[in-house]
Amino acid sequence: MSVNLDSYLGIQPDALEVYSQRADVLAANLANADTPGYQAKDIDFRAALAAAGQNQDPGAPGASGGGLQPETTSPDDLTASPAQGGVSTEQYLKYRVPLAPSLDGNTVDSQMEEGAFAQNNVRYEASLTFLEERFGDLNTVISD
Amino acid sequence: MALSNIFDIAGSGMSAESVRLNTVASNLANADSVSNSPQSAYKARYPVFQAVQDSLTAGTGPNGAADASVKVQGIVQSTTPGTASYDPGNPLADANGYVYSSNVNVVEQMADMISASRSYQNDADVLNTSKQLMLDTLKLGQS
Repeated sequence: MSVNLDSYLGIQPDALEVYSQRADVLAANLANADTPGYQAKDIDFRAALAAAGQNQDPGAPGASGGGLQPETTSPDDLTASPAQGGVSTEQYLKYRVPLAPSLDGNTVDSQMEEGAFAQNNVRYEASLTFLEERFGDLNTVISD
Repeated sequence: MALSNIFDIAGSGMSAESVRLNTVASNLANADSVSNSPQSAYKARYPVFQAVQDSLTAGTGPNGAADASVKVQGIVQSTTPGTASYDPGNPLADANGYVYSSNVNVVEQMADMISASRSYQNDADVLNTSKQLMLDTLKLGQS
């Protein structure tokens, strides 16, 4: 019996990736809080994570299985899941609907971005904790 | 696009805000400077911020690039006319006894200073939090 580490860890690694990219976007918003004409962006998290989950499941329709696949010549060979090219969130970027746009065309609301950033970080930490426990379980299985 | 990009982004924000703080300091220091002609009087300086698309795949629209750092495109001088005051005893006074003071609005500068320092704090906060997250990620599976 083989344990597929990817499916064992579930959605959490992808979630971690999407959270980190969202942190990136929110940091860019905060850095440009005083840039005239800058329009705040955010990641459509639900869509991005749904796509990431599809990517993870090799059999799912729309899964991108690019790259060379190793051939299995014996039934004992491990089956390889398609190469995962990371999670791309670029197409899920959306402009924020400004609550109170300023005269210079800047749509960054620093307080809101700070809040979103803090929330994003907490969720990142939560995903990390989940992964931590998964690894802990694995450790228990290995050492016992 | 990753957590490590945040160091560049927040760093660029902090450097831009410190330029802004610098101009505020310069403006406040010269708020009471006088000159013997309106042309040579001190003019308030303001930085112009511009978003920089770091990504190679930068395009237009929301999908262009997520990671936009900020840069100071240049420093502009305010064109508001300064005030002329009658002060014949001043060694800088012109033939009619007038000296020309700077066009710095001190109240506006103070507001600008608070705004710049708040933005700087935000960026520093983002940097610190990202650092902590990265350290936590590095320690994943070690406990």
